[in-house]
Amino acid sequence: MTAPAAAHPVPHHYTSTGLDSRKVAIWAFIGSECMLFVSLISTYLIYKGRSRVGPFPHEAWVDPATGKHFHAILNIPVTSMSTFTLLMSSLFMVLALAAVQNKGRPHANTFGARLLASSKLWLWATAIAGTTFLGFQAFEFTSFVHEGLSIRTNLFGSSFFTLTGFHGAHVTAGVIWLLTLLSIDYKRGLGPKDALKVDIAALYWHFVDVVWIAIFTLVYLIR
Amino acid sequence: MEQHTTHSPPAADAAHDPTAHEEHHPQWSTYWKVALILALITVGEVWMYYVPSIVASRAFVPGLLTLSALKFAIVVAFYMHLKYDHKLFRVLFTGPLFIAACTLIALMFLFGHLAAKL
Repeated sequence: MTAPAAAHPVPHHYTSTGLDSRKVAIWAFIGSECMLFVSLISTYLIYKGRSRVGPFPHEAWVDPATGKHFHAILNIPVTSMSTFTLLMSSLFMVLALAAVQNKGRPHANTFGARLLASSKLWLWATAIAGTTFLGFQAFEFTSFVHEGLSIRTNLFGSSFFTLTGFHGAHVTAGVIWLLTLLSIDYKRGLGPKDALKVDIAALYWHFVDVVWIAIFTLVYLIR
Repeated sequence: MEQHTTHSPPAADAAHDPTAHEEHHPQWSTYWKVALILALITVGEVWMYYVPSIVASRAFVPGLLTLSALKFAIVVAFYMHLKYDHKLFRVLFTGPLFIAACTLIALMFLFGHLAAKL
């Protein structure tokens, strides 16, 4: 399927299936990432309820040695807001992709249509929403440490910080990726020819979102 | 600057061209509706968490897992447009996901909260 290099000096990415190899690669990567996160979630679930000392996620605890009182450590209202933020970031990302795909096409000259057609706006919105999510996570981690839960405190702390920390690292990588796309957009403008680049970044971003959907339910909501 | 060119055979073009399936992709209004549905499901999940009678019921965990799976499927189908994309991508995603899910269930039976049921 690959075109002769001499005739077409521009590099191609076709596979024998006729699909772009970059898109095949990102889906294969996402498949492997599924396994990574399921292994981390499995570890969390196996250790769940097996910590010998607190603080615990959903139950209060009094340290028998010091008499210190620990309340249930998970902050559901804050995490619900961060979950909502990440969900909305996925909306912003699909709108960014649609704006890139439709750039240059005629659209109605209304304020709403101009908003929808702005790839920069939606890429910024996605990056800001991702950064806000990371801010919520930083707040959560800091408050947990102040309340006496660190990665070394108990099995819950170890598995919780590892799981959510890995997810946070993925969100951070996603934000950096979005900022890179934004810099390209400011430099020369993203158009339909770049749709695949944005599509691949969007797939990664949505994957990070679906992982959080699972984490939010399994870690935060199920007692 | 890297450019997308269309020098592949016609059969490959439809799969390669990022805009080829565009007519099958959801419209902006669909994206907003999907976001609204996702937000409502999340509100429903959090509401379930705060209702003691639901938490105490046997439907609590299955209910949350169902809602979570629904959200997962909606994002994958509409936002990751797997519903509209090539079958190979579906296989690349659902294959490892299936293996991972089986591994999770096996581990839960071996070491986790399902171990007592063996």
